[in-house]
Amino acid sequence: MNENLFASFITPMMFGLPLVTLIVLFPSLLFPTSNRLVNNRLISLQQWMLQLVSKQMMSILTPKGQTWALMLMSLILFIGSTNLLGLLPHSFTPTTQLSMNLGMAIPLWAGAVITGFRNKTKASLAHFLPQGTPTPLIPMLVIIETISLFIQPVALAVRLTANITAGHLLIHLIGGATLALMSINTTTALITFIILILLTVLEFAVAMIQAYVFTLLVSLYLHDNT
Amino acid sequence: MASVVPLKEEKLLEVELGELPSWILMRDFTPSGIAGAFQRGYYRYYNEYVNVKRGSIARLSLVLAAYVVFNYRRSHKELKHERPRKYH
Repeated sequence: MNENLFASFITPMMFGLPLVTLIVLFPSLLFPTSNRLVNNRLISLQQWMLQLVSKQMMSILTPKGQTWALMLMSLILFIGSTNLLGLLPHSFTPTTQLSMNLGMAIPLWAGAVITGFRNKTKASLAHFLPQGTPTPLIPMLVIIETISLFIQPVALAVRLTANITAGHLLIHLIGGATLALMSINTTTALITFIILILLTVLEFAVAMIQAYVFTLLVSLYLHDNT
Repeated sequence: MASVVPLKEEKLLEVELGELPSWILMRDFTPSGIAGAFQRGYYRYYNEYVNVKRGSIARLSLVLAAYVVFNYRRSHKELKHERPRKYH
Protein backbone atom coordinates (compact mmCIF):
# COMPACT_ATOMS: atom_id res chain seq x y z
CA MET A 1 0.00 0.00 0.00
CA ASN A 2 2.84 2.36 0.77
CA GLU A 3 4.52 1.98 -2.55
CA ASN A 4 1.33 1.87 -4.50
CA LEU A 5 0.08 5.10 -3.07
CA PHE A 6 2.49 7.21 -5.04
CA ALA A 7 2.63 4.97 -8.06
CA SER A 8 0.09 7.00 -9.93
CA PHE A 9 2.32 10.05 -9.88
CA ILE A 10 5.21 8.44 -11.71
CA THR A 11 5.82 9.86 -15.17
CA PRO A 12 4.27 7.37 -17.56
CA MET A 13 6.65 5.63 -19.91
CA MET A 14 5.89 2.88 -22.32
CA PHE A 15 8.65 0.84 -23.91
CA GLY A 16 11.00 3.64 -22.95
CA LEU A 17 9.03 6.15 -24.96
CA PRO A 18 7.87 9.22 -23.10
CA LEU A 19 4.15 8.71 -23.09
CA VAL A 20 3.77 11.85 -21.04
CA THR A 21 3.96 14.09 -24.13
CA LEU A 22 0.87 12.41 -25.52
CA ILE A 23 -0.97 12.84 -22.26
CA VAL A 24 -0.03 16.50 -22.01
CA LEU A 25 -1.17 17.10 -25.57
CA PHE A 26 -4.45 15.22 -25.16
CA PRO A 27 -6.60 18.14 -23.82
CA SER A 28 -5.92 20.03 -27.02
CA LEU A 29 -8.04 17.45 -28.83
CA LEU A 30 -11.03 18.56 -26.84
CA PHE A 31 -10.85 22.17 -27.98
CA PRO A 32 -11.46 22.15 -31.72
CA THR A 33 -11.05 25.22 -33.87
CA SER A 34 -13.28 26.30 -36.68
CA ASN A 35 -13.49 29.00 -39.28
CA ARG A 36 -17.23 29.30 -39.46
CA LEU A 37 -19.46 31.96 -38.05
CA VAL A 38 -22.01 29.53 -36.62
CA ASN A 39 -20.32 26.44 -35.23
CA ASN A 40 -21.37 23.16 -33.75
CA ARG A 41 -22.48 22.92 -30.17
CA LEU A 42 -19.14 22.08 -28.65
CA ILE A 43 -17.29 24.99 -30.21
CA SER A 44 -20.10 27.44 -29.48
CA LEU A 45 -20.09 26.47 -25.83
CA GLN A 46 -16.35 26.88 -25.60
CA GLN A 47 -16.38 30.20 -27.36
CA TRP A 48 -19.06 31.53 -25.05
CA MET A 49 -17.18 30.38 -21.98
CA LEU A 50 -13.92 31.83 -23.23
CA GLN A 51 -15.55 35.15 -23.95
CA LEU A 52 -17.08 35.26 -20.49
CA VAL A 53 -13.81 34.48 -18.75
CA SER A 54 -11.68 36.83 -20.82
CA LYS A 55 -14.04 39.72 -20.39
CA GLN A 56 -14.03 39.28 -16.67
CA MET A 57 -10.30 38.91 -16.36
CA MET A 58 -9.03 41.42 -18.84
CA SER A 59 -11.27 44.29 -17.98
CA ILE A 60 -9.17 45.46 -15.08
CA LEU A 61 -6.00 45.73 -17.12
CA THR A 62 -4.73 48.67 -19.11
CA PRO A 63 -4.35 48.22 -22.87
CA LYS A 64 -0.72 47.36 -22.49
CA GLY A 65 -1.58 44.58 -20.09
CA GLN A 66 -4.34 43.35 -22.33
CA THR A 67 -1.80 42.15 -24.85
CA TRP A 68 -1.30 39.23 -22.50
CA ALA A 69 -4.86 38.06 -23.10
CA LEU A 70 -3.97 35.15 -25.40
CA MET A 71 -1.34 33.85 -23.03
CA LEU A 72 -3.54 34.01 -19.97
CA MET A 73 -6.56 32.49 -21.65
CA SER A 74 -4.61 29.54 -22.97
CA LEU A 75 -3.12 29.16 -19.52
CA ILE A 76 -6.48 28.95 -17.83
CA LEU A 77 -7.81 26.55 -20.45
CA PHE A 78 -4.80 24.28 -20.20
CA ILE A 79 -4.71 24.08 -16.43
CA GLY A 80 -8.48 23.74 -16.16
CA SER A 81 -8.76 20.97 -18.70
CA THR A 82 -5.73 19.11 -17.37
CA ASN A 83 -7.03 19.18 -13.82
CA LEU A 84 -10.51 18.09 -14.82
CA LEU A 85 -9.18 15.25 -16.95
CA GLY A 86 -7.12 14.11 -14.00
CA LEU A 87 -10.29 13.41 -12.08
CA LEU A 88 -11.12 10.53 -14.40
CA PRO A 89 -10.13 7.12 -13.04
CA HIS A 90 -6.57 5.96 -13.67
CA SER A 91 -5.53 9.07 -15.52
CA PHE A 92 -2.26 10.90 -15.07
CA THR A 93 -2.33 14.60 -14.28
CA PRO A 94 0.70 16.50 -15.54
CA THR A 95 0.12 19.35 -13.14
CA THR A 96 1.02 17.14 -10.20
CA GLN A 97 4.61 17.36 -11.28
CA LEU A 98 6.38 20.28 -9.66
CA SER A 99 8.74 20.56 -12.59
CA MET A 100 5.96 21.44 -14.93
CA ASN A 101 4.36 23.97 -12.63
CA LEU A 102 7.66 25.68 -12.02
CA GLY A 103 8.18 25.77 -15.75
CA MET A 104 4.87 27.55 -16.09
CA ALA A 105 5.18 29.89 -13.13
CA ILE A 106 8.72 31.22 -13.35
CA PRO A 107 8.73 32.51 -16.94
CA LEU A 108 5.37 34.20 -16.60
CA TRP A 109 6.21 35.89 -13.35
CA ALA A 110 9.64 36.92 -14.61
CA GLY A 111 8.08 38.38 -17.74
CA ALA A 112 5.71 40.50 -15.71
CA VAL A 113 8.39 41.76 -13.34
CA ILE A 114 10.89 42.54 -16.05
CA THR A 115 8.28 44.39 -18.10
CA GLY A 116 7.48 46.46 -15.09
CA PHE A 117 11.11 47.22 -14.44
CA ARG A 118 11.88 48.15 -17.99
CA ASN A 119 8.95 50.43 -18.59
CA LYS A 120 8.33 51.99 -15.23
CA THR A 121 11.51 51.61 -13.28
CA LYS A 122 10.74 54.12 -10.56
CA ALA A 123 7.25 52.79 -9.90
CA SER A 124 8.48 49.18 -9.78
CA LEU A 125 11.20 50.02 -7.34
CA ALA A 126 8.73 51.95 -5.25
CA HIS A 127 6.82 48.72 -4.64
CA PHE A 128 9.48 47.68 -2.22
CA LEU A 129 8.43 50.23 0.34
CA PRO A 130 4.81 50.63 1.37
CA GLN A 131 3.60 54.12 1.88
CA GLY A 132 3.83 55.71 5.27
CA THR A 133 6.26 53.46 7.07
CA PRO A 134 8.13 54.95 10.01
CA THR A 135 11.75 55.68 9.17
CA PRO A 136 13.54 53.23 11.49
CA LEU A 137 11.65 50.34 9.94
CA ILE A 138 12.66 51.04 6.34
CA PRO A 139 15.69 48.70 5.88
CA MET A 140 13.89 45.74 7.37
CA LEU A 141 10.82 46.37 5.33
CA VAL A 142 12.75 46.57 2.08
CA ILE A 143 14.27 43.20 2.82
CA ILE A 144 10.90 41.72 3.61
CA GLU A 145 9.33 43.07 0.45
CA THR A 146 12.19 41.73 -1.67
CA ILE A 147 11.76 38.30 -0.17
CA SER A 148 8.03 38.39 -0.77
CA LEU A 149 8.63 39.36 -4.37
CA PHE A 150 11.00 36.50 -5.07
CA ILE A 151 8.79 33.99 -3.36
CA GLN A 152 5.88 34.69 -5.73
CA PRO A 153 6.73 32.21 -8.54
CA VAL A 154 7.62 29.46 -6.09
CA ALA A 155 4.34 30.05 -4.28
CA LEU A 156 2.40 29.89 -7.53
CA ALA A 157 3.95 26.59 -8.58
CA VAL A 158 3.88 24.90 -5.19
CA ARG A 159 0.31 25.97 -4.55
CA LEU A 160 -0.93 24.29 -7.70
CA THR A 161 1.15 21.14 -7.24
CA ALA A 162 0.26 20.69 -3.60
CA ASN A 163 -3.44 21.21 -4.07
CA ILE A 164 -3.85 18.79 -6.94
CA THR A 165 -1.56 16.14 -5.48
CA ALA A 166 -3.21 16.30 -2.08
CA GLY A 167 -6.63 15.96 -3.63
CA HIS A 168 -5.64 12.91 -5.66
CA LEU A 169 -3.99 11.28 -2.67
CA LEU A 170 -7.04 11.81 -0.54
CA ILE A 171 -9.25 10.23 -3.15
CA HIS A 172 -6.95 7.21 -3.33
CA LEU A 173 -6.85 6.80 0.42
CA ILE A 174 -10.52 7.22 1.08
CA GLY A 175 -11.42 4.99 -1.83
CA GLY A 176 -9.12 2.30 -0.50
CA ALA A 177 -10.58 2.66 2.94
CA THR A 178 -14.07 2.26 1.56
CA LEU A 179 -13.15 -0.93 -0.24
CA ALA A 180 -11.48 -2.33 2.84
CA LEU A 181 -14.48 -1.54 4.99
CA MET A 182 -16.92 -3.11 2.61
CA SER A 183 -17.06 -6.26 4.72
CA ILE A 184 -17.94 -4.25 7.81
CA ASN A 185 -21.24 -2.54 7.29
CA THR A 186 -22.72 0.81 8.27
CA THR A 187 -19.39 2.53 8.22
CA THR A 188 -19.19 2.15 4.48
CA ALA A 189 -22.22 4.28 3.88
CA LEU A 190 -20.65 7.13 5.75
CA ILE A 191 -17.34 6.80 4.00
CA THR A 192 -18.76 6.58 0.52
CA PHE A 193 -20.66 9.71 1.29
CA ILE A 194 -17.45 11.41 2.28
CA ILE A 195 -15.90 10.30 -1.00
CA LEU A 196 -18.74 11.83 -2.93
CA ILE A 197 -18.45 15.12 -1.17
CA LEU A 198 -14.68 15.11 -1.60
CA LEU A 199 -14.92 14.50 -5.32
CA THR A 200 -17.37 17.32 -5.72
CA VAL A 201 -15.15 19.63 -3.80
CA LEU A 202 -12.22 18.47 -5.83
CA GLU A 203 -14.03 19.37 -8.96
CA PHE A 204 -13.40 22.83 -7.85
CA ALA A 205 -10.00 22.14 -9.21
CA VAL A 206 -11.36 24.47 -11.77
CA ALA A 207 -11.36 27.02 -9.02
CA MET A 208 -7.70 26.23 -8.75
CA ILE A 209 -7.02 27.57 -12.14
CA GLN A 210 -9.05 30.53 -11.35
CA ALA A 211 -6.80 31.09 -8.38
CA TYR A 212 -3.72 30.54 -10.50
CA VAL A 213 -4.56 32.86 -13.30
CA PHE A 214 -6.06 35.39 -11.02
CA THR A 215 -3.02 35.58 -8.84
CA LEU A 216 -0.81 35.81 -11.86
CA LEU A 217 -3.06 38.48 -13.22
CA VAL A 218 -2.90 40.56 -10.10
CA SER A 219 0.82 40.34 -10.11
CA LEU A 220 0.99 41.34 -13.76
CA TYR A 221 -1.30 44.26 -13.17
CA LEU A 222 0.68 45.57 -10.28
CA HIS A 223 4.03 45.27 -11.95
CA ASP A 224 3.13 46.48 -15.33
CA ASN A 225 0.80 49.33 -14.93
CA THR A 226 0.07 50.55 -11.39
CA MET B 1 -5.68 -10.99 -57.32
CA ALA B 2 -5.02 -7.71 -59.00
CA SER B 3 -7.42 -4.95 -58.15
CA VAL B 4 -8.71 -2.16 -60.28
CA VAL B 5 -7.44 0.71 -58.17
CA PRO B 6 -3.64 0.91 -57.81
CA LEU B 7 -2.57 -0.76 -54.59
CA LYS B 8 -1.03 2.24 -52.96
CA GLU B 9 -4.22 4.24 -52.65
CA GLU B 10 -6.56 1.60 -51.33
CA LYS B 11 -7.96 1.97 -47.88
CA LEU B 12 -7.28 -0.75 -45.36
CA LEU B 13 -10.70 -2.32 -45.38
CA GLU B 14 -10.73 -2.71 -49.10
CA VAL B 15 -7.43 -4.48 -49.43
CA GLU B 16 -7.71 -8.18 -50.12
CA LEU B 17 -6.04 -10.54 -47.72
CA GLY B 18 -3.38 -11.86 -50.02
CA GLU B 19 -2.15 -8.41 -50.78
CA LEU B 20 -1.86 -7.35 -47.18
CA PRO B 21 1.90 -7.71 -46.66
CA SER B 22 2.73 -5.72 -49.76
CA TRP B 23 0.17 -3.13 -48.77
CA ILE B 24 1.80 -2.67 -45.36
CA LEU B 25 5.21 -2.34 -46.89
CA MET B 26 4.01 0.23 -49.34
CA ARG B 27 2.62 2.75 -46.90
CA ASP B 28 5.14 5.44 -46.29
CA PHE B 29 6.53 5.41 -42.81
CA THR B 30 8.16 8.77 -42.98
CA PRO B 31 7.16 11.12 -40.16
CA SER B 32 5.07 13.24 -42.43
CA GLY B 33 3.33 10.12 -43.67
CA ILE B 34 2.49 9.01 -40.15
CA ALA B 35 1.31 12.49 -39.27
CA GLY B 36 -0.87 12.46 -42.35
CA ALA B 37 -2.42 9.18 -41.29
CA PHE B 38 -3.20 10.54 -37.84
CA GLN B 39 -4.71 13.66 -39.33
CA ARG B 40 -6.93 11.71 -41.66
CA GLY B 41 -8.17 9.49 -38.85
CA TYR B 42 -8.80 12.44 -36.62
CA TYR B 43 -10.78 14.31 -39.24
CA ARG B 44 -12.86 11.27 -40.06
CA TYR B 45 -13.80 11.03 -36.41
CA TYR B 46 -14.32 14.75 -36.11
CA ASN B 47 -16.54 15.19 -39.12
CA GLU B 48 -18.66 12.26 -38.20
CA TYR B 49 -19.13 12.94 -34.52
CA VAL B 50 -18.37 16.48 -33.48
CA ASN B 51 -18.96 18.69 -36.44
CA VAL B 52 -22.69 18.07 -36.57
CA LYS B 53 -24.91 20.97 -35.68
CA ARG B 54 -26.44 19.48 -32.57
CA GLY B 55 -23.81 17.14 -31.22
CA SER B 56 -24.66 15.32 -28.07
CA ILE B 57 -22.72 14.61 -24.92
CA ALA B 58 -22.51 10.92 -25.77
CA ARG B 59 -19.89 11.54 -28.38
CA LEU B 60 -17.65 13.48 -26.01
CA SER B 61 -18.01 10.80 -23.34
CA LEU B 62 -16.89 8.26 -25.91
CA VAL B 63 -13.58 10.06 -26.18
CA LEU B 64 -13.26 10.28 -22.42
CA ALA B 65 -14.09 6.60 -21.96
CA ALA B 66 -11.43 5.70 -24.53
CA TYR B 67 -8.98 7.85 -22.56
CA VAL B 68 -9.83 6.02 -19.34
CA VAL B 69 -9.36 2.62 -20.99
CA PHE B 70 -6.05 3.75 -22.44
CA ASN B 71 -4.79 4.80 -19.04
CA TYR B 72 -6.02 1.62 -17.42
CA ARG B 73 -4.08 -0.48 -19.88
CA ARG B 74 -1.05 1.65 -19.27
CA SER B 75 -1.06 1.25 -15.50
CA HIS B 76 -2.23 -2.36 -15.43
CA LYS B 77 1.08 -3.67 -14.25
CA GLU B 78 1.11 -1.63 -11.08
CA LEU B 79 -2.55 -2.19 -10.43
CA LYS B 80 -2.26 -5.96 -10.49
CA HIS B 81 -1.13 -6.01 -6.87
CA GLU B 82 -4.16 -4.21 -5.61
CA ARG B 83 -6.72 -6.82 -6.47
CA PRO B 84 -8.69 -8.04 -3.46
CA ARG B 85 -7.24 -11.33 -2.41
CA LYS B 86 -6.87 -13.20 0.82
CA TYR B 87 -3.10 -13.03 1.25
CA HIS B 88 -1.24 -10.05 -0.07
